[in-house]
Amino acid sequence: MCLAIPGKVVELRGNVAVVDYGGIRREARVDFIPDVKVGDYVIVHTGFAIEKMDEEAAKRSIEAWNEIFTLEDFPEE
Amino acid sequence: MQEAWRDEILAKRVLVAIFNKAEKLGREVRFMDVCGTHEDTITRYGIRSLLPKNVKILAGPGCPVCITPVEDIVAMMEIMKKEPSILVTTFGDMYRIPTPKGSFADMKSRGYDVRIVYSIYDSYKLALKHRDRLVVHFSPGFETTTAPTAGMLWEAIEKKVENFKIYSVHRLTPPAVEFLLEQGTMLDGLITPGHVSTIIGVKGWKYLTSRYGIPQVISGFEPLDVLISIHMLLQMLIEGQAEIKNEYERAVKYEGNIEAQKKIDALFNVVDAKWRALGIIRRSGYVLKKEYEEYEIRSSYEVNIEELPDLEKGCRCGEVLRGLILPYECPLFGRVCTPRNPVGPCMVSYEGTCQIFYKYGSLYG
Ligand code: SF4
Repeated sequence: MCLAIPGKVVELRGNVAVVDYGGIRREARVDFIPDVKVGDYVIVHTGFAIEKMDEEAAKRSIEAWNEIFTLEDFPEE
Repeated sequence: MQEAWRDEILAKRVLVAIFNKAEKLGREVRFMDVCGTHEDTITRYGIRSLLPKNVKILAGPGCPVCITPVEDIVAMMEIMKKEPSILVTTFGDMYRIPTPKGSFADMKSRGYDVRIVYSIYDSYKLALKHRDRLVVHFSPGFETTTAPTAGMLWEAIEKKVENFKIYSVHRLTPPAVEFLLEQGTMLDGLITPGHVSTIIGVKGWKYLTSRYGIPQVISGFEPLDVLISIHMLLQMLIEGQAEIKNEYERAVKYEGNIEAQKKIDALFNVVDAKWRALGIIRRSGYVLKKEYEEYEIRSSYEVNIEELPDLEKGCRCGEVLRGLILPYECPLFGRVCTPRNPVGPCMVSYEGTCQIFYKYGSLYG
């Protein structure tokens, strides 16, 4: 029951969004994401978007991890 | 974007780093996850078998359906018997959870109207469709599910949808971890559940670190997230730090989801509550406030349920939920107890540790 998955908002009607999960589309409530826009990634849990997925933050942290783990444990690279 | 979190090269590097750190530390350390989805990632990708021998991962009470008290399920069934016209909705795994008096699935086969929903929103839509019937959502779940319940109830209250009610068995997760620590479960660090944290924020977990000195990393759910979190915990132990860090920054804010918190706080009080196989945990349950009580089905029907045994004889679900044993240490696991013929709740739910271990077979190493 607790599986929460990220999807992309493709349509908005008031408190209800249509969210695309790689081809499968379902409705989700967006009551808790007041500033949601079409194109945003949201994490949906039991039919409710619980938070936006910050793509910039995601990219930044992947880059940072890549750097950390290259420098720290593979100094020869 | 998700694919980046499955980068194998990076994962291998993190693993090497974990081995280095674990060797440096030179003693056995035990980290606990308290979320069914984390346990799923850890077991599905065989993470336990990849880790150094001295890094142990325990599974905690991460399954809301497993810890829902038997007495509440039975009380809901008794209410249905009193009022057979009620339409009851709940989640798929809740539907099958066994009690000494049967399950919701058994009620269905006896002709009662019980329906499985994916979301409380589906349940609310049923109430709108059948305005002449009482629709009750039997509502389990931690903060991540309490928020949707609060959101949906809020709308029902505003729109005066009076034929929609809930039976709240919602629970809070940090008090359960605190309970385990007080009971003496030995932990060196917590893999803190990312999705609960989207709601309550980093700040919702902080007190556990300041009060019990336990390092925490709020973690995402890809295998790489979990590996990085383990590495972060090891790093803290090496440096003698006890802090709370946020690995899942792409989704979790320090303050959490304020809108969701506002709705939860407006509707619910926090009270002492029972957890199946664990007992009463201080300030760990959500009940509707007095002024919204009419949306709680228990306020309209009085049923008294005597205390019932939590588990079948021989089921060690209580120890599984406390992180004291892993499922294969239960003699019934996989022999007598399987998802087809579950003996205990931990084998029924998709988030139950026993079912997760059964599903991914030999990878638990
Ligand atoms: S394997 Fe079955 S009987 Fe054993 S602890 Fe798990 S649920 Fe209970």
